[in-house]
Amino acid sequence: MKKLDRKLLRDLYQLRGQATAIFTVIATGVATFVMSMCAYQSLTTSKDKFYRDYRFADVFSSTQRTPNAMLPRLREITGVATVETRLVYDVLLDVPEMTEPATARLISVPDAGQTVLNHLYIKRGRMLQPDRSGEVVVSDVFAKAHHFLPGDEVRAILNGKSQSFKIVGIALSPEYVIQVQPGAMLPDDKRFGIFWVSERDLEAAFDMTGAFNSVTVRLAYGNNVDAVIEDLDRLLTPFGSIGAYDRSEHLSHQYLSDELSQLRGMAIIAPAIFLGVAAFLLNIAVSRIIVQQREQIAALKAFGYTNLEVGVHYLNLVLLITVTATIAGTLFGFWMGNGMMGMYEEFYKFPSLELQINFFAVAVGFLLTFSAALLGTYVSVRGAVRLPPAEAMRPEPPPSFRLSIIERMLPKHALAPEMRMVVRNLSRRPIKAFLSVIGIAMAVAIMILGNFSLDAMNYMMDFQFRMAQRQDLTVTFVEPATESVMYEVQTLAGVLQSETMRAVATRIRFQNRSRRVGIMGIEPEAELFRLLDAKERVVRVPDFGIMLNTKLAKLLGVRVGDEVIVEVLEDKRPILTLEVSAIVEEYTGVNAYMNKQRLHAALLESKVASGAFLKVDPNSMDQVFTELEQRPGVGSVTIKDAMMQSFENTVAENILVMRSIIVIFAAIIAIGVVYNTARISLSERSRDLATMRVVGFSTREVSTVLLGEIFIFTVLAIPIGFMIGYGLAGIMIAGLDTENYRVPLVINRETYMMAAGIVVLATIFSAGLVQRQVQHLDLIGVLKTRD
Amino acid sequence: MTKTAVFRAVDITKTYQMGEVQVRALRGVSLELFEGEFVVLLGASGSGKSTLLNILGGLDVPTSGTVHYLDNELTASDQGMLTRYRRDHVGFVFQFYNLIPSLTARENVELITEIADSPMDSLDALDLVDLRERADHFPAQLSGGEQQRVAIARAIAKNPDVLLCDEPTGALDVKTGIVVLEAIALINRKLGTTTAVITHNAEIAKMADRVISLSNGQIAGVEKNTTKIQANVLSW
Repeated sequence: MKKLDRKLLRDLYQLRGQATAIFTVIATGVATFVMSMCAYQSLTTSKDKFYRDYRFADVFSSTQRTPNAMLPRLREITGVATVETRLVYDVLLDVPEMTEPATARLISVPDAGQTVLNHLYIKRGRMLQPDRSGEVVVSDVFAKAHHFLPGDEVRAILNGKSQSFKIVGIALSPEYVIQVQPGAMLPDDKRFGIFWVSERDLEAAFDMTGAFNSVTVRLAYGNNVDAVIEDLDRLLTPFGSIGAYDRSEHLSHQYLSDELSQLRGMAIIAPAIFLGVAAFLLNIAVSRIIVQQREQIAALKAFGYTNLEVGVHYLNLVLLITVTATIAGTLFGFWMGNGMMGMYEEFYKFPSLELQINFFAVAVGFLLTFSAALLGTYVSVRGAVRLPPAEAMRPEPPPSFRLSIIERMLPKHALAPEMRMVVRNLSRRPIKAFLSVIGIAMAVAIMILGNFSLDAMNYMMDFQFRMAQRQDLTVTFVEPATESVMYEVQTLAGVLQSETMRAVATRIRFQNRSRRVGIMGIEPEAELFRLLDAKERVVRVPDFGIMLNTKLAKLLGVRVGDEVIVEVLEDKRPILTLEVSAIVEEYTGVNAYMNKQRLHAALLESKVASGAFLKVDPNSMDQVFTELEQRPGVGSVTIKDAMMQSFENTVAENILVMRSIIVIFAAIIAIGVVYNTARISLSERSRDLATMRVVGFSTREVSTVLLGEIFIFTVLAIPIGFMIGYGLAGIMIAGLDTENYRVPLVINRETYMMAAGIVVLATIFSAGLVQRQVQHLDLIGVLKTRD
Repeated sequence: MTKTAVFRAVDITKTYQMGEVQVRALRGVSLELFEGEFVVLLGASGSGKSTLLNILGGLDVPTSGTVHYLDNELTASDQGMLTRYRRDHVGFVFQFYNLIPSLTARENVELITEIADSPMDSLDALDLVDLRERADHFPAQLSGGEQQRVAIARAIAKNPDVLLCDEPTGALDVKTGIVVLEAIALINRKLGTTTAVITHNAEIAKMADRVISLSNGQIAGVEKNTTKIQANVLSW
C-alpha cells in the first residue's frame, strides 16, 4: 500500500466520529432512494405483468339491462379488440360469525369456465366447473380475513333469497389488485369481497337470462380511448349506461397509480434532503482537515508531490466515506425495500410481488451521491491544491475579527467574554453558521414531515366522519326505494334518527371539462349527513343549484356562481343547467350535492331514495343488522365505526413504522450536524480553549464558548425547521392529492414540540460527546507546538 | 579550483501579503551557491532568509529577479516544472519537522522514496541519522531531536542534489541541536550534497564553508570560514 494511502486510512480513523456521522447520513439518503426506486420498479413490473398476462380491460361500462343481441354491435366498434359482457351485482352476505353485514360483489364467469378479460389467478383450489352451479371463487383477501378455504360454504342474499355457495377456489384479479368498496377510503377485507360465480347462477337469480349489465373492453393497440368510450356510450345509453370510463377512473388502478406517484415523490424529496446535508457535512469536515493539515500539505508539496496527487489524496478520503456509505446504503435500501414489499403485499394483491433490484436506480444513486460529495468538497480540496507551498509553510494569519452587529447594538459589557467569542465566531463566518442552522433545521423539518401525517389523517377522519357525517350506518337500496320501503327502514326498532338521500349518476360539464360524478340529493335540514366548509362550519343546503366539493370544483375549474351542465345518466336522462351555489370541503372522493326536493323535481320523479343514513342505538345494532339483511331492497350497509376502525388499524400501523424510521433519520441528521459542528469548533479552537483553561477559565466556561455556538444554532434552527417542515408537508400533501382522498395540511402543536424536543435532545447528546473531549484537552501539549 | 555554481540568484525581490499586512521580505538579493558547499544563511527573525530558501527550493517565486538552478531558470518555470524540480533535486528540512503524524518514521521516509527516481533504502537513510531502531515509531512517540533527524532522513533519502534546512535546530535544545547538525554535516561530507542551512544562531555559522548574512531583506555580508568547526564543539 502506498504510504499516502496509509496516511489516508489513519486520518480516517482519527476522524471516525465525524466520518461515521457523514457515513450514516449518506447511507440513509441512498437507502431511501434505492428503496423507493426499487419498490417503484417492483410495483410497476408486477402491475404491468399482471395486467398483461391476465388481460386487464382498458374500458369499463355498466348498464341496467342490455340484451345479448347488442354484443355484435359492440364488437364492431372501431378500436375494440375484445369485448366481454357479464353480470355484476353487489349483494349482502350472510356470514354466521358476523352480526354486521358484509357486501360481496358477484361477477359472472362465462359457462365456458374462464373469463375472456380480467382473468383470474387461482391461488388455491380450482376455477368454476362449467357444468356445476352453486360454486364460487372468492377473492384472496376476503378469504383470508374470514379464514375461508376451498370446500367451505358461504351464504349470500341474492334478490332477497339467501343462497348457499361452495367455495372452490381462491383467486386474484387484475381488476381488484386493491379491493376497495366504492365510497370507502381504504380496503376493508372483512366486509367487502369479490365473488366469481357462474353466469347461469346469476342469470337465474336476477332474472337476467339473455342480458348483461356490465361490459369490459380491451382496445386494439394504438387506438383512441375517448372515441371508443363515445361509441360505447352511444350504444349503451338506451340500456341505462351511466357512462363508460377508462383505467384512469378504475378504482384499483387509481390506488395503484397514486401509490406509484407517491413513491416517485419519495424517491426525490428524501434523498435530496439527506444528500444535501451530507454534502454540507463533508464540506465542513474536509475544509477542517485541510486547514489542520496545512503544514503536511506544504511538506508533501515541498518534497515534490504534485497538486494532482495532493488533490486526489483528499478526494480519496471523501470517496472512501462516500463509496462505503453508498454500498451500505444500497444494501440497506434493498433490505428496506423488501420490508416495503411485505407491507405492500398486505394491500396490493399480485400473483407475485418481489423486490426487483433497479440497477439503473443504483447507478443513479451512486452518481447523485458522488456529485453531492464532490460538490461539498470541491472548494476545500481545490483550496488545498492551490495553496502555494511556501505560504502553507507559514502559520495561518490570525483570522480577522470585527465587532459584530449584535455587539454594537448592545451596551459595551453586556456580554461575558465567552459569549463575545461565540458571537464573533458566528458573525465571522455567517455562511457556515447559516448552513449549520439549515442543517439542524432540516432535522426538525424531517421530524415534522414524518409525524404530521398522523395528525392530518386524524383530522381528516374527525372532519369527515365525526363532524360532517354523523350517521352510524349508511344503507343503499338496490333500486330507488319508495316511501313505504323508506318508512320500514326508518322505523326499525333501534333506529334513533334517519335521513334519506337520492344518488344519481351524472356527467357534469363546465366549458371543455367534464367529470362522471354521482350527485347526492340530501335533506336541507340534515342532522346526520352534513356538509362543512374548510373552517368546519356547517353549510346549509340552498334550495337552488348544485354544490361541489373542493376537489371537483378544482377539477372542473368552477367557482361559486358559475353555471354547469349536468347530464343525468339514469332513467329519463334530463340535461340540466345548474348554478354552483356553494363549494364544500371534503377529504374523500369527488362529489356533488343538491337539495333532495330539487333533485327529485329535476329528475321528474316522485319522492324516492337511493339510500338512508341511520343513527342507531348501540344496544340494538345487531337487531338492526339482522332486519336490514332480510330486506330484499337493501343492497349494502356501510358501518362507519367498522370502517374507521379498519382504517385506523391499517393506516396507524403503517404510519407507526414509518414514523419510527423517520424519527431515527431525523436524529441521525441532527446528531450528524450538531456533532460535526461542535467537533470541528473544538478542533479549530483547541488552542484558544486550552489557552483559556491555562489562564484560569473553568471547563464549564470553556464549554460555553464551544457549545454556546451549538445551542444558538439549535435555537435558531427550530423555528426555521418548523417553517421548512410546514413547507415540505405542503409539498408532500400536494403529492397525496388524489381523487380518492386528500390530506389536509394539519400539524398539531405536539408534533412541533416533539420535533423540537428530539432535536434538542440530539443537540444535548452531541454536546455531551464533545464536552467529554473538552475535559481531556491536552493543555500543555496544545501550547507547546507551533510558534 | 573552480566549482560549478549550483544556484545563481540575481537581484531577487519578494513582497507578499500576510493577513492585512504587506511584507517586503527580500529587496534585491544576488548570490551563488556552489556544488558540495555547506552554506549558512545567517539572519535575525524577519531578515528574509526563509523566503530566500523557499525561493531556492522552488517553493515560492520571487516578485522580481531571476534564479537559476544549474542551467534551469526557476523563475521561468511553471508550477508543474517547479514540482518536478523539487521532486528530483531538493531535500527540505523544516524548523517544525513537518512529519506526517499518522505515519511512522519509516513510512514518513518512504512517503518520499516512493516518488523518487533513485532513492536509498528507507532504513539506510534512518541509519545515517542513527534512528534505525526507532523506525516503527510514530512522530508523537519521538523526541523533538529524533523527529528532526527523521525529517533529515526523509530529506536525504531520495539522494537530493541540494539539501535546504530552515532553522533545523530552532525548536531544539543545544544538545539535541548538535546531534541534528552533526547529521546534516555528515550528509554534506559523505554524499557531497550541496547544503544550505538557515539560522539566526551565529554559533552555527562556524561549521559552514561560507556564511551569508542577511538583514532586512538584503545581503549584509559574505564570509568564508578558513577553518570549519565540527558541530560537536559548538555551544550556545
